[in-house]
Amino acid sequence: MSKFITILEGLDRRWIFLAMAISVAGPILYIGITGKTLPETPTPTARAVYKEIEALSPGTPVLLSFDFDPASGGELTPMATSLVHQCAARGLRMVFIALWPLGPQLIDETIKRVILADYPNLKEGVDYVNLGFQSGNESVMKVMLTDFAKAFPITKNGVAVGDVVALKGIQRVDNFPLLITISAGYPGAKEWIQYVISSSGGKIKMVTGCTGVQTPGLYPYYPVQLNGLLGAIKGAAEYESLVNSSLAPKDSSAAVPAKYLEAQRRMGPQLGAHLLMIALIILGNIAFFAQRNSKVRATS
Amino acid sequence: MISSALILCAISLDSSGASDVGLANTSITAAGNKADLRGKIPLNELGQEISAPPAAISISAEDVAWDAGGAIKISWQPAAGTTSATKWIVERSEVLAAGQGAGQGPGQGPWTLVTEVPIAETNAVVSKLSPDASFFFRVTAVSPNGSSAVTTTKSAAKGHWNFFISAKLPLFCAILLVSACVIYFILAARRGRPMKVRRIAALEAIKDAVGRATEMGRSILFVPGIQDMDNIQTVAGLTVLGNVSRTAAEYDAAIEVPTSRSLVMEAAREAVQASYLAAGRADAYNADAIRYITDEQFGFVAYVSGRMVREKPAACFYMGCFFAESLILAETGNSIGAIQIAGTAESSQLPFFVAACDYTLIGEEFMAASAYLSGEPDQIGSLKGQDVAKAIAAIIIIIGVVLATGAAIAPQGAMPAALEWLKGVLGS
Amino acid sequence: MAEGSPRIMKRLVPMWIAIIAGFVMLLSAFFPITESLGETVGEIFNVVAAIAFVLGAGSLAKVNLAKISRRDQGWGYAAITLICFAITLVVGLGKIGVPQSTQFPLLGWSGEKDAEGSIFGWIYEFALVPITSTMFALLAFYVASAAFRAFRAKNLEAILLLSTAFIVLLGRTFAGVVLTGWLPDWASGLRLENLSVYIMQVFNTAGNRAIIIGIALGVTATSLRILLGVDRSWMGSGD
Repeated sequence: MSKFITILEGLDRRWIFLAMAISVAGPILYIGITGKTLPETPTPTARAVYKEIEALSPGTPVLLSFDFDPASGGELTPMATSLVHQCAARGLRMVFIALWPLGPQLIDETIKRVILADYPNLKEGVDYVNLGFQSGNESVMKVMLTDFAKAFPITKNGVAVGDVVALKGIQRVDNFPLLITISAGYPGAKEWIQYVISSSGGKIKMVTGCTGVQTPGLYPYYPVQLNGLLGAIKGAAEYESLVNSSLAPKDSSAAVPAKYLEAQRRMGPQLGAHLLMIALIILGNIAFFAQRNSKVRATS
Repeated sequence: MISSALILCAISLDSSGASDVGLANTSITAAGNKADLRGKIPLNELGQEISAPPAAISISAEDVAWDAGGAIKISWQPAAGTTSATKWIVERSEVLAAGQGAGQGPGQGPWTLVTEVPIAETNAVVSKLSPDASFFFRVTAVSPNGSSAVTTTKSAAKGHWNFFISAKLPLFCAILLVSACVIYFILAARRGRPMKVRRIAALEAIKDAVGRATEMGRSILFVPGIQDMDNIQTVAGLTVLGNVSRTAAEYDAAIEVPTSRSLVMEAAREAVQASYLAAGRADAYNADAIRYITDEQFGFVAYVSGRMVREKPAACFYMGCFFAESLILAETGNSIGAIQIAGTAESSQLPFFVAACDYTLIGEEFMAASAYLSGEPDQIGSLKGQDVAKAIAAIIIIIGVVLATGAAIAPQGAMPAALEWLKGVLGS
Repeated sequence: MAEGSPRIMKRLVPMWIAIIAGFVMLLSAFFPITESLGETVGEIFNVVAAIAFVLGAGSLAKVNLAKISRRDQGWGYAAITLICFAITLVVGLGKIGVPQSTQFPLLGWSGEKDAEGSIFGWIYEFALVPITSTMFALLAFYVASAAFRAFRAKNLEAILLLSTAFIVLLGRTFAGVVLTGWLPDWASGLRLENLSVYIMQVFNTAGNRAIIIGIALGVTATSLRILLGVDRSWMGSGD
């Protein structure tokens, strides 16, 4: 036992890294080979996101802000896919913007993955439009409050927004009944709440998908300023399962495409990693208490 | 004799279940001839008749008070049976001088689409209008089966410029209150009133950390966050940098400051140079030790971690706005055995710094750092004012909690009214 | 130059620029007459930050070139840095490999710099995305080592913290469902997944609200000190 404690006390952190790699890679391989995913029970915050989008009638404009970059794509890309999937299935008019420089590429990828692949009847410029990136962080949000076209004068393809059918009737940001943000940091969900939602007097609702580290800081805003919250890959998996079950084809023998199962597939590695973390905390405390006890015995 | 019979002559059904029902009324006319009157009634999948929605009953337009003048609020009252519609279309027509315009009236300017709102809404705010112009407005309900007749305002409306945005009055009052507290105690400190600030271990440890680096002959690493100069945390970080670099100059320790923004690099150079000058060590100042790396978050942290592993600084300071890279920096610093002092107001990153650093300035402690380190009575007084403002906030929270609890327990009492009053005062 | 001019230019002028710009931004939020001034100040900042980027790039080039010329340890990496910087700058500015935009087929350079097929897009997809994702993924490993090293049940607060951590860690995975899914409906509040939601919505929210309020007041007081010219240490020590 004392040898075990000695090993624990002097454990090189590279062993911990190796254990983490195995606990994440193992489930990935298993899920990749078998295709099985863990069942998800949606929490109220994920259901709220689903309900807010479902409550909109076809043709209603929604603003989707991709405020993240590829680094946080692991957590947020599955959310983005499912959000666009539900919006496209609902027939909403999707207006994509980005306040992060690498956002437009992620928008293009999501449009390609979801809309062009599964909703080819949707027309760019009519049913959806990508307005690209605008620098300025929260100053862009402030401009949008009074003049949306001033904040985003042209689409990513260089067309003036006044000529875009998808933006008909949009003068200000609160002409959108719903704002959907996918947020990885600054500027992100918090800035949208501070500068847009709090100034709109309840005219515009907001739902957000965010990284795990941001989630605790956004809970205080739910459900007054924030009408729905998808926190980390867990929230993404819950929402994804909701969207997939509601959009499941009548002929249930058809499998759900893998791109709509990404979040649920990533819950396997999350399970492995969390169990490892718990084991490490327990082992660390065993070593700590053993060391403390031996010191007490030595002094007495 | 006239007799008539209504007979079903045709039904067409579409995939949604909606149908067109053809009816014929074969009546015998007064002359004894048969008339064949056919009509078509569209029905929805529930067998309910579909028709264009009714027009709104009334519409009004009024200036939005207490704004910059370019906004008008249009409100309308929908008629019964509007629920089949999906949206309202709001249009405007500018009032032009006589002889101008295309005669489309009422204002003679062309009707242009302003906005579309969901059918459940009964008002819309039109902004960015010229404050010099007057406008007529009209609304139309739109459904898949057609549009209603238009409902137009009876007179033109004009936006009026106002001095103050009244919706922000509670926020303005809160700022005035906090500012009054801070200014009062700054003035009190100037008049000689003693102000006591509790000891902040992280700031007391700065001198020890710099001394450790000097003894070990290794450098000091200072990271002022990854945001630009428009972020107050970066400014707060630079105030601490000024103090740390002055101590480093006095102790003759090398300091390195990698930055993620070019403007921060320039400001940091100014701060460090001024500190070296104040310490009488202008000759030891090296501008290249403060360098710009990259705006890309993970590119920056890759450089800094690599630098830490190679150069092994004895003391690492992380003072500013950080995001996901905070744990990478702190763990790398831990692995090289450096003493680490962190400070940030990003609440999501505080747990990582607390877990991995020796000292952490949490939120407002970080903001108070410059005042604490300077020791000037003015600045210490401002900390006192900030604390008083926090006490006022705590009292308001307690009052709100008591009222909300009372309102939940006794909905018929005076508590609900008091709670609503408090919410109104606070602008929620 | 007159005595004291350096002090005026280095201390007083920046201080007054900061004070005036700060008050304009503050007032523009409440008084419509200053709204356009506030927007102008914001635009001035964007322009200054963009121009400052040239200085930053110059510093980057200078430091790395000096390292190469001195043949310092690791000078090869400095060379790689400069080569990658130059390549990205050239292919981005020159839009090399970018197909013509379908909207404006007759105009040169009308395509997006990161359009499919462009070299800039290739750099983004095959260099930037994998590298940044990898760096972000390092967090998982560092969190594990931090957990092993730092999470000790030293006192009552630490024990409470660790218990909460265990509930949330298990509740946000399938393990929570397996461990407590059997609990009857009347005790569903004790299921780990529901407990973790309760912890996040009640305890975490309360704590975060307190921290947010404290930070907001700290930011207000710090900003006020700078706006009133009381705190000048951001310009460097000494007066």
